[in-house]
Amino acid sequence: MSGRFGSRAVVLGGYLLAAVVLFGAAPALLSDFRLRLLAQFLCVAMVAVGIGLAWGSGGMLTLGQGVFFGLGAYIMAMHLQLSDAGPGGRPAFMVTGSGLPWWWELFRNPVTAVLGIVGVPALLALLLGLGVFRRRVKGAYFAILSQASAAAFALLLISQQNTIGGSNGLSNFRQFFGFALSDPVNRRMLYFIAAGVLIAMVAVVHQLRRSRYGELLTAVRDGEERVRFLGYDPALIKVFAYVVAAVFAAIGGALFVPIVGIISPNNVGVVPSIGFLIGVAVGGRATLLGPVLGSLAVSYAGSTLSENFESVWIYLQGLLFVLVVAFLPGGIGSLGGVLRGRRRRPGGVVGEGIGHGPPGPPLVDDAGPERAPADARGGGA
Amino acid sequence: MRQDYLEIRGLRVSFDGFVAVDGVDLTVLQGDLRFLIGPNGAGKTTLVDAVTGLAAASGSAKFDGTELLGQKEHQIARAGVGRTFQTASVFEQLTVLQNLDIAAGSQRRRRSLLRARATVPDSVQLAMETTGLTTLRDRPAAELSHGQKQWLEIGMLLVQNATVLFLDEPVAGMSAEEREQTGELLRRVRRDHVVVVVEHDMEFLRAYADSVTVLAAGKVLAEGTYAQVQADPRVQEIYLGPGSRGPGHQAVH
Amino acid sequence: MDAVLGQLYAGISLGSVLLLVALGLTLTFGQMGVINMAHGEFLMAGAYTAFVVQQVIGGAGLALLIALPLAFLVGGLLGVLLETTLISRLYSRPLDTLLVTWGVSLVLQQLARDVFGAPAVEVRAPEWLRGNVEVLGVPFTTGRLFIVVLAVVAVAVLSAVLRFSSLGRRVRAVVQSRGLAETSGIDSRRTDRLTFFIGSGLAGIAGVALTLIASTQPYMGQTYIVDAFLVVVAGGIGQIRGAVLAAFGLGVLQAFFAYSQSVSTAKVLLLLCVIAFLQLRPQGLFSVRTRSLV
Repeated sequence: MSGRFGSRAVVLGGYLLAAVVLFGAAPALLSDFRLRLLAQFLCVAMVAVGIGLAWGSGGMLTLGQGVFFGLGAYIMAMHLQLSDAGPGGRPAFMVTGSGLPWWWELFRNPVTAVLGIVGVPALLALLLGLGVFRRRVKGAYFAILSQASAAAFALLLISQQNTIGGSNGLSNFRQFFGFALSDPVNRRMLYFIAAGVLIAMVAVVHQLRRSRYGELLTAVRDGEERVRFLGYDPALIKVFAYVVAAVFAAIGGALFVPIVGIISPNNVGVVPSIGFLIGVAVGGRATLLGPVLGSLAVSYAGSTLSENFESVWIYLQGLLFVLVVAFLPGGIGSLGGVLRGRRRRPGGVVGEGIGHGPPGPPLVDDAGPERAPADARGGGA
Repeated sequence: MRQDYLEIRGLRVSFDGFVAVDGVDLTVLQGDLRFLIGPNGAGKTTLVDAVTGLAAASGSAKFDGTELLGQKEHQIARAGVGRTFQTASVFEQLTVLQNLDIAAGSQRRRRSLLRARATVPDSVQLAMETTGLTTLRDRPAAELSHGQKQWLEIGMLLVQNATVLFLDEPVAGMSAEEREQTGELLRRVRRDHVVVVVEHDMEFLRAYADSVTVLAAGKVLAEGTYAQVQADPRVQEIYLGPGSRGPGHQAVH
Repeated sequence: MDAVLGQLYAGISLGSVLLLVALGLTLTFGQMGVINMAHGEFLMAGAYTAFVVQQVIGGAGLALLIALPLAFLVGGLLGVLLETTLISRLYSRPLDTLLVTWGVSLVLQQLARDVFGAPAVEVRAPEWLRGNVEVLGVPFTTGRLFIVVLAVVAVAVLSAVLRFSSLGRRVRAVVQSRGLAETSGIDSRRTDRLTFFIGSGLAGIAGVALTLIASTQPYMGQTYIVDAFLVVVAGGIGQIRGAVLAAFGLGVLQAFFAYSQSVSTAKVLLLLCVIAFLQLRPQGLFSVRTRSLV
């Protein structure tokens, strides 16, 4: 990171504190089991950091991050299975007799596996993003399409019993790039990797948010048409954030696999994809740290509650969505402000309500033909 | 000094059979503060939409030798044609400086976007001074008054290097004092820009228009100075019906 | 030829289901720009209504006939409850509505689980809906035929209501220009509630219909909601015509994809088709301009 810091000391202090907590306090205080759980939460938080960028800063409500999370996870899982199987070997779950699909072979090599984890989701996000944003499909339409992509992806995985483990997914990994996963030292190393990667992701988003690009992204969120009239192509601006979010989700998924030991369609479908958003909403979508902290807190609450009271956790999840999004759109962090009556205007929220006048879709506030061009523009272009 | 001009020939826009703009010819020179008036439905905003790429149109609209029709909005913007909207559309969450900086930056290299702004660009500084917003530099646009937002929009067009400015009802909803300041601002700006103002406010028009084009039912009805246009009986007729006193007291909105 | 006809019937039947689910969505999404993720749970509530009615009454045929209007009422009331308590606060934030109603849908699913249990409950189809009829020499189950008829009737009634009744005029007025409708003395809030009542009620009816061909369980709404939204997106918002075309189009497409590929590949292909369709005709979506969504 380079450049000026607004209040450099505070920022450096923040990163230092995060490093001390994640690298010092947590490993010292937590049992191996708890540390592994925390590592798992860190992976989920990586997805949240990306969503914070795409949704919080960019206004793209992406309900399909499970696709990218899953791509990263499955590529990693395929690589781990192949390296477990040894040179020329095949994963244990596969029915003998059927050949190893060519796309498995691609990820046997550790270098191509790592490249694939980053590259495949990035490419998919690029293509999807260009296809959708270029045609100015946005808002609810984008959300619905992204959700449908998660549904289709999970179904696709389930149908591939022989090649990708179907609804069981892939599990039973013995080593991670040559390090035995049974060794607690190596598991600890995985935790450190996850912590380091997460901090790096926050740093990347931090830089993006304070850069000119970040200002542009916010501008696109609040007035896409206006940005277009300034001579930019908003589609490219959005696609970039979308790709970054996809890559973050994929890396989170890739690290999730050796840490948790299993990846299955249950982790990538519609429900988990929208589940990634709760933490972001709770923490404050338009802030830098809100998505990370919110995601960690929600993961913790979820694992604690669902161990004993599963149905309570589901009710709570639902209520969190309802209460936070409806009444505290700025996240828990804005609670103090709201209580004191100083209504802050949380970012993403204002962006959606650009239209002045009465709510509801057909806001043709002047029925005269003078307004006709704007109203008919969909048909014109 | 070279004089820029905008030349529109035979511009025609129709929606589902309804012809909103019907063969308009319009030439606006730099240094001429041109007002575009006409009753509701005359096709003023549609004309602006067509030239700035928002509505599909036939005919021709050339600036600096470049055909604008058929290009995309952002290409037209890069060709030097900028516009404002009836409702001020600044980025409310961003500060005055950020708004202007974004407007100034469409030609920036992509990689430079990933860095934070190191210094205030000269053009941005100049635009803040021209529009009188220097002291409000770090205020979020949401906190600006209505008039200040409009000035910020005009400032954004200036830093955008737009040579042709289309302003859609810039003084609607402004106080008398703000109107006056806006008028002075437009006078400063017109020296080196082609400025077209769509406006209903006749007082404002009388005070600041160098020339006026009257549109009615998608066609150019009259063109000339304020006095010439006001004296035109056809203009009086569409505004107030036969025997009226001219457009001076028309409350269009 | 028989195979083609068979797939066509499967597609039509799937299309009718999608249409029944999407019809209510089209109405609420079209008029209010509200994305109601809990719509699927209203459907589930309709299905459980059929279950409860059958438990109480016994006779499957009579129960079905009673369940249809009752489920309309149950779905409609749930919809109005949701509209007045939450959605009415969120009209300026359509994307947030999506998340809030998702939360509601989580709660409703869990509620159904706690009340009726996680496993599917059995709703018996009446005798007269268990056979087959032959159409052009290819069998078509009467249960599915019933759903096709129901969908057609629902579309006809809804279109008639929108076109001829005073409610319909109010709804169309609000859709076209909320501000103008309000100044002409239309209580747009009341119209919103009524629209939501009808739209959600239709989900209830769809739920009853689904008991004939699918299992009645807490998560049944989720199975259909995503596809139903795709129908709405492809059909163009607020357009019943669009919804009908899109529902049958997607239904038939999926049936044929599923015939040549697997069901899951069919879903993926279907999604790609919708995205490709949007490339060609994004304006199909924007037939009613919505400043908040588009």
